[in-house]
Amino acid sequence: MSTHRDRLRQAMGDKVQFVQGDDACAYGAILAGCTFFAGYPITPATEVAERMAEILPKIEGCYIQMEDEIASMGAIVGASWTGVKTMTATSGPGFSLMQENLGYAIMTETPCVIVNVQRSGPSTGQPTLGAYGDMMQARWGTHGDHEIIMLCPASVQEAMELTIVAFNLAEAYRTPVLVFIDGELGHMRERLVIPEDDEFELVERTCATSREGYRPFAAGENLVPAFAPFGAGFRTYVTGLTHNEAGLPRSASAPIHDQLVRRLADKILRNTDQIIRYEEFGAEECEIAIIAYGITARACRDVVEEGRQRGLKVGLLRLITIWPFPDEVVARWAARVQAILVPEMNLGQIVHPIREAVAGRCPVMLQSKIGGELHTPTELSEALEELRCQVC
Amino acid sequence: MSGLLKLKTAAELRQTYLRHEMFPTIFCDGCGLGNVLNYTLWALDELQLDLDRTVFVSGIGCSSRLSGYVNADGMHTTHGRALAFASGIKAAQPDLNVIVFTGDGDGSGIGGNHLLHTIRRNMDLTVILVNNFTYGMTGGQAAPTTPIDSFSTTTPYGNIEYPLDICALAQTLGAPYVARWMINQPYPPIKSIAQGIQKRGFALIEMLVPCPTAYGRRNGLKQLETIWQWYREHTILIDDYEHIMHFGSPEERAALHDTIKIGVFQDCERESFEARWATLVEQVKL
Repeated sequence: MSTHRDRLRQAMGDKVQFVQGDDACAYGAILAGCTFFAGYPITPATEVAERMAEILPKIEGCYIQMEDEIASMGAIVGASWTGVKTMTATSGPGFSLMQENLGYAIMTETPCVIVNVQRSGPSTGQPTLGAYGDMMQARWGTHGDHEIIMLCPASVQEAMELTIVAFNLAEAYRTPVLVFIDGELGHMRERLVIPEDDEFELVERTCATSREGYRPFAAGENLVPAFAPFGAGFRTYVTGLTHNEAGLPRSASAPIHDQLVRRLADKILRNTDQIIRYEEFGAEECEIAIIAYGITARACRDVVEEGRQRGLKVGLLRLITIWPFPDEVVARWAARVQAILVPEMNLGQIVHPIREAVAGRCPVMLQSKIGGELHTPTELSEALEELRCQVC
Repeated sequence: MSGLLKLKTAAELRQTYLRHEMFPTIFCDGCGLGNVLNYTLWALDELQLDLDRTVFVSGIGCSSRLSGYVNADGMHTTHGRALAFASGIKAAQPDLNVIVFTGDGDGSGIGGNHLLHTIRRNMDLTVILVNNFTYGMTGGQAAPTTPIDSFSTTTPYGNIEYPLDICALAQTLGAPYVARWMINQPYPPIKSIAQGIQKRGFALIEMLVPCPTAYGRRNGLKQLETIWQWYREHTILIDDYEHIMHFGSPEERAALHDTIKIGVFQDCERESFEARWATLVEQVKL
């Protein structure tokens, strides 16, 4: 008799595969226990939906193709309230459409995961090519004050691993979590090893245990309320309006709004040590640092390794968690380097919080590249050299 | 509906089904939304529906506040998107009863595309769509259902657009249950809501309700007597309508031009999304 976990593995296929980043996100979701996916086709994210459509009925989950991305986001939030783990996947134009319901998920503390396989914009832009143009939309796209969690993998393997982490964070903090890759990584094939269950951690949302005196939006010290799924007899009212701890609308109350919205932000901001991930190469004896994320960071790693072999004092800070922004990590690097290079596949987005964290301690140079091509190691080396001549 | 003989009193209904801490309601004097809530409670009671296993979902607008007044799980979502959220709940947990409250603007304006596709997919939802001809919560702007030539804050010189017949749309799309009633008669809507809940597939019950505050006062329909008289004069049972269209004189037929048909327009069987998905899962599951 095979267990449910055995069936998941059987549905995904071989332990070692040569697959795309999009496939890896789907596999990560399945390993994390996602049983509900709602989506709408969009290049270059469609393959995530295709994999989920293939796998979910095999494991008795549910796949539903919605009429647009607004509905996809609505459906995963609704489904999450029945107690299941849910995901959708999209690209820039679809992510734009999801913004209102993303805010609803934040306000109603609904765990869910959104994969964005970014392409360039504005508008339809370059659908088949990679870009990182939604990094700030992720942070500020939905209206109102809020925090968001976003992870940025750099490889196919990591796309799978961080999708699992995204589900864990969504469950732990009862909030939507974003996994941001790009068209290059989404469509690139690499070796993928599906881990065994004892090689990764799984987190489940904390559920309410007693109906007696239950208040659906009252949180304890960790600021995350206990969850009561629909159908369990708790009779919870969920609203996007400002609500009190009982979940009842109190939209004209300044103190209740202030208390609620600050708690929603604080439950993330007070746990940044649990949420923020990054990788450092050549941090010691570093004069010029690169701060990069996503697929761009891979060429940076090569350049840094090659440069250090030649005796250059260069290093790389690869950001994995982009939001909440790792200010302290960036500030620490800024305090001991002469200059920072920020290569981005956009006209400059994450360079802004980097400059804010650096706070003038050293020059920060943006190296923008748009149009769908990646930064080459040569371009990065030249930019490093230019920066070195300026400051050293 | 033999159970109607042993109906609870209004006080007993309120005690059993309402979320008391949500009261008083936000509704204006003369608004018909209270009647819709009342009829829904009668239907729940008639079916003895398990409220622990029932979720009320709504969008944004006056009618979408109804989900909060019933003492069950409720989800007050974003404007126009109630059906998307409801579809997610029902697809993920088909054992739950999912009842949607929406309005004409919410359900057929901003949410029109979701209405179309949720019917096409035949999600097993009961949708109580309250049509008051206007965007009431924002103060009375023209809606997709606002009658031609009538006045609103955004049609100060009269509405030049044609109104949408939501039931005709639902019927065309193949919804297994489609009905429209005016609130002046309680029993037909109670029966329709109960039938809609029992229907395995998409059920649409459109309720015509007066909005004296936002719509009525700009159209000579501020006084309740006048409003109810207007609805009596402008609605016709579908059977009477068909009879006149088949056997009436040209003058009688022409007189029905602006009349709103009420009644049960469609009542048939069509396998739901949930049932078809369950069959598919049985075939492919490992």
